Amino acid sequence: MRSRYYRRWQVAEMHAWITTDPIGAETVLPLVASEQHGAALVFLGIVRDHNEGRAVNGVHYEAYHDMAERTLREIAAEAVARVQPARIAVVHRIGELAVGDVSLAIAVSTPHRAEAFDACRYAIEELKQRLTVWKQERYAAGDARWLAGEVPPLQEQVT
Amino acid sequence: MQVRLLLFAYYRDVAGAAELDLDVPAGCSALEAVARLRARGASLTQIPERPVVAVNQVYASLDQVLEEGDEIALLPPVAGG
Repeated sequence: MRSRYYRRWQVAEMHAWITTDPIGAETVLPLVASEQHGAALVFLGIVRDHNEGRAVNGVHYEAYHDMAERTLREIAAEAVARVQPARIAVVHRIGELAVGDVSLAIAVSTPHRAEAFDACRYAIEELKQRLTVWKQERYAAGDARWLAGEVPPLQEQVT
Repeated sequence: MQVRLLLFAYYRDVAGAAELDLDVPAGCSALEAVARLRARGASLTQIPERPVVAVNQVYASLDQVLEEGDEIALLPPVAGG
């Protein structure tokens, strides 16, 4: 039901979005703070200087923006539902990123630590499979290549 | 009927366009719409016959029957995170 879904992600438990702005741990960690939660985790995806033996200068991330935000919200909601109570904030940066830039930040908080690790791990593994974002690496040699990625599992149609 | 095809990343580069409107018969499936796109020839033949697709922003089977105004996104294997 649309209204139930809207309330669920509106109530501070979940933030999920795509941005072109620089991001970091500080972008997401404050969003999951809770006096009832004794565990908090941050995962950062960071642009590396190499991949498959080649020196990388930078990467270009592109998104099917509306579907990606929808999918990110779905994944965040699933991660919370899996271990609740929990708070989660997940943001993916797109555009031109340099080595060392953060491409993805996920923060999770839960009362105890096991659930925080579980929810965070779930979120990153699911978005790697399902998020409509593509990455093109720029190499030191001057060429660029779209990375071969994951084929998403066919989602169940919700009627 | 008219449907809109969206192409991303590698598919957009080979097609030379991010968005294409396609005229298709009623009852056309996503698979048939992809075939019609590829039939335009040239670099479009580099798009696979059976890509992953989303219809109106939801992952869909290629068997899905399309409706007027549907947005069909052709999605290369994803590489986010």
